[in-house]
Amino acid sequence: MNIIDFLLQHSPALIVAIPLLGAFLTPLISRINNKARNIFVILILGLTTSIVFLLANDVFAGNIHTYVFGSQDLALPIVRILFEVDAMSAFMAIIGSILALVAVIYSWAFIKENTGLDKFYTLILLTTAGMFGMVLTGDMFNLFVFLEITSIASCALIAFWTNKGKSVEAGFKYIVISSIGALFLLFAIALLYGQYNALNIATLANAIQFSFLDKIALVLLIAAFAMKAGIVPMHMWLPDAYSKAPASVTIVLVGATQASLYGVFRVCFTLYGNTINLSPASIGWIIVLLGLITMLLGVAMALIQSDFKRLIAFSAVAEIGFMFLGIGAGLTVLGNAEMMAAIGIPAMSGGVFHIMNDALDIGLLFLVAGAIYYATRETSLDKLGGLARNMKYTTVFFIIGLFAVSGIPPMNGFASKLLIYESTFQLNPILSIVAILSSIMLLAVFVKVFHSVFLGPSLPKFKEVKEVPKSMLIAMGIIASIIIVFGLFPELIINNIVEPAVSALVNYGDYIREVIPTFTGGI
Amino acid sequence: MSEMSKIVRTISSISFPLIIIYGLYIISHGHLTPGGGFQGGAVVASGCAMILVAYGSIWTIGKMKEKNLSLLESIGAICFILLAIFGLGFGAVFFNNFLVGSDFLFGTIPSAGSTIANINTGGVIPLMNFAVGIKVIAGLFAIVLVMAHASSTREGKK
Repeated sequence: MNIIDFLLQHSPALIVAIPLLGAFLTPLISRINNKARNIFVILILGLTTSIVFLLANDVFAGNIHTYVFGSQDLALPIVRILFEVDAMSAFMAIIGSILALVAVIYSWAFIKENTGLDKFYTLILLTTAGMFGMVLTGDMFNLFVFLEITSIASCALIAFWTNKGKSVEAGFKYIVISSIGALFLLFAIALLYGQYNALNIATLANAIQFSFLDKIALVLLIAAFAMKAGIVPMHMWLPDAYSKAPASVTIVLVGATQASLYGVFRVCFTLYGNTINLSPASIGWIIVLLGLITMLLGVAMALIQSDFKRLIAFSAVAEIGFMFLGIGAGLTVLGNAEMMAAIGIPAMSGGVFHIMNDALDIGLLFLVAGAIYYATRETSLDKLGGLARNMKYTTVFFIIGLFAVSGIPPMNGFASKLLIYESTFQLNPILSIVAILSSIMLLAVFVKVFHSVFLGPSLPKFKEVKEVPKSMLIAMGIIASIIIVFGLFPELIINNIVEPAVSALVNYGDYIREVIPTFTGGI
Repeated sequence: MSEMSKIVRTISSISFPLIIIYGLYIISHGHLTPGGGFQGGAVVASGCAMILVAYGSIWTIGKMKEKNLSLLESIGAICFILLAIFGLGFGAVFFNNFLVGSDFLFGTIPSAGSTIANINTGGVIPLMNFAVGIKVIAGLFAIVLVMAHASSTREGKK
C-alpha cells in the first residue's frame, strides 16, 4: 500500500490527530525559538490542509468515508466511535482548514509583540482540531465533546488580550453562551439516547420516530447550534467576541461558527431527515424566519456602529442569515421532488456556497481591520481617515472584501446571493426582497467604512503609518485571490464542490446506508 | 500565600506520601477498578495543593517552576496521542490497542468469566491512563500554583 492510499484511508483520524499532536508539541518547540515554532505551526496546518484536500477530492467523487476508531475492522460500528465523512463534511473541513492556515500565517507578524504565544498557538491548533472533529464525526456524543473543545479553546483565545477588560468580558459572555448551548445539546442527546439506545447519527436517523420527545430534542438541538452560530436573538455574544479578539483569532472563530451551522444542517437533514417529511414546511419556515430576522437586525445594527471591528461583526451576523434563508428555503420544499428541483436545490446551493463565501469575505474584512489596527492602533471609524495613501495593498484588499460581501459581480458573493434571490423569489417574493434589501444595506455600510477609513485628507497623526508586514499581506492575498477565482468561475466551484455537498444533505439515505446497509428510505 | 503553622506543615508532610501513593494506585489500577488517569491525577494534584497551602506559594514555586509543569503537561498529552498514532503503525487504525495479546507490557488477555484482577492486562489502556495522569497532575497543580502565586504578589503590593 503506498503512502497516498494510507493517508487517504486514515485521513478522517489524521485530520483531527495532527493538529492535536501539533498543539501539544508547540510549547516544546517554542523552547528552541519563536521562529521555529511559527514555522512548525504553519507546517502542521499545511499538512492538515493537504490531507483535507486529499480526503475531499475522494469524497466529492462520491465515496463516503467511514472510520472506526480502535478496531481492526468495521464490526460493531454502533458502539464504537465512528467518523463519517460525506461531501458536506468535506466541504466544511475545507473551509476550516483554509481559515486556520491563513490565521497562523497572519499571526506571524500580527501578534509578534505579545507574550504567551506558545499558548496562543496551542489554543489555535486545539480550536482547529475541535472544528474538524465537529464536522467529521458521525456520533452525537462526539459532536458534543468536540463542540466543548472548540468552545473552551476559543474562549481563552477571545480573552487573549487580557490587559483589556473588554476582551475578558467578551470571553466570559462567550463561555456562558457556549456552556448553555452545550448543555442543551447534551440534554437533547440524552433524550435521543434514552429512546433509541444509540449515539451514532446514522443509527439514530434510521430508528427515529419523531415522537414528542424527539420534537423537544430537535428544538433543543437547533437552539443549541443556533446559539453557537450567532442567530438572532441569540447573537449578543458574537459582536463582542468577534470585535474584541485579535483578528487572527476572529478568523478561526468564523470557522468555529460555521461548524455550528453545519450542526444545524446535519441535524435537520440527516438526523431527522427520514421524519422531517412529516412537517418539513413548518421547520423550514422557522429556519427561514430566523434567517430573515438575523439578516435585517444584523445590517440594521451594523449601520449604526462606529467601531470598525464591531461593524464587521454585525455584518457577519447578517451574512449568517443568508445561509439560513437558503438552507431553510430548501427545507420547506423537501420531499416534493418537483419543487425541490425548481426551488430547493438552487436555494440550498446558494446557501451552502454562501457558507464558503461568507467565511472568505468576512474573514478578509476582519484581517483588513486587524491590519488597520496593527498600523494605527485605532479601530474607531471617527478617528481614522486617509489611510489609502499609506496602505495601498490593504486598501485593495478591502475593496475586494467590500464587493464580495455586498454581492457585487465579479466577486464570489454575487454568485451565491444570486442563487438565493432567484430561488427564494419563486417561494415567496418577500423573502428575496428582504434579502436584496439587506444586501444593499451591507453595501451602504461598507461604502461608509471605505470612505471614512481610506479616503479623505491624510491626517497628521497617521503620517508615519506604514504598510503592514509581509506575512499579513500574504494572508490577506491568499483569501483575496480565492475570492476572485471563485467569483470568476462560480460554475466550476458550484458543480465540483457545492453540488456534491447539497446532494449529500438532500440524499441523506446514502449517509445512513453507509452504516446501516438495510436502510431503504431517503431516495 | 504565606506558610502556615508548624503543626499544619508537619501533618501535611506526613500525609503527603500517603496521598501520592493513593493517587498513583488509582492511576495504575485504572483499567481494573473505578477511577483512572483523571481521577488519580486529581488526587495527586490535590496532595500537591495541600503542600502548597501548608508551605506557602513562595517556597513551593522555588521547588517547582510553573514552566516545568507546563512541559510535563505537554509531555502527557503527547504520549497519549502518540500511543493512539502507534496503533496506525501496526496495520490497523487510530487508537488500535496494539499491545493486547503481545505478551509484552500489559499484554495478557485475562481468561473469560470472573477472575482475580490481573494488573498485567489492558494493552495500551493503562499506558494511556499514565499519560492522562501526568497531564492532569501537571495541569491542575500548575493552575493552583499560578493562582496562589498571583494572589501572593497582589498581597505583596498592598
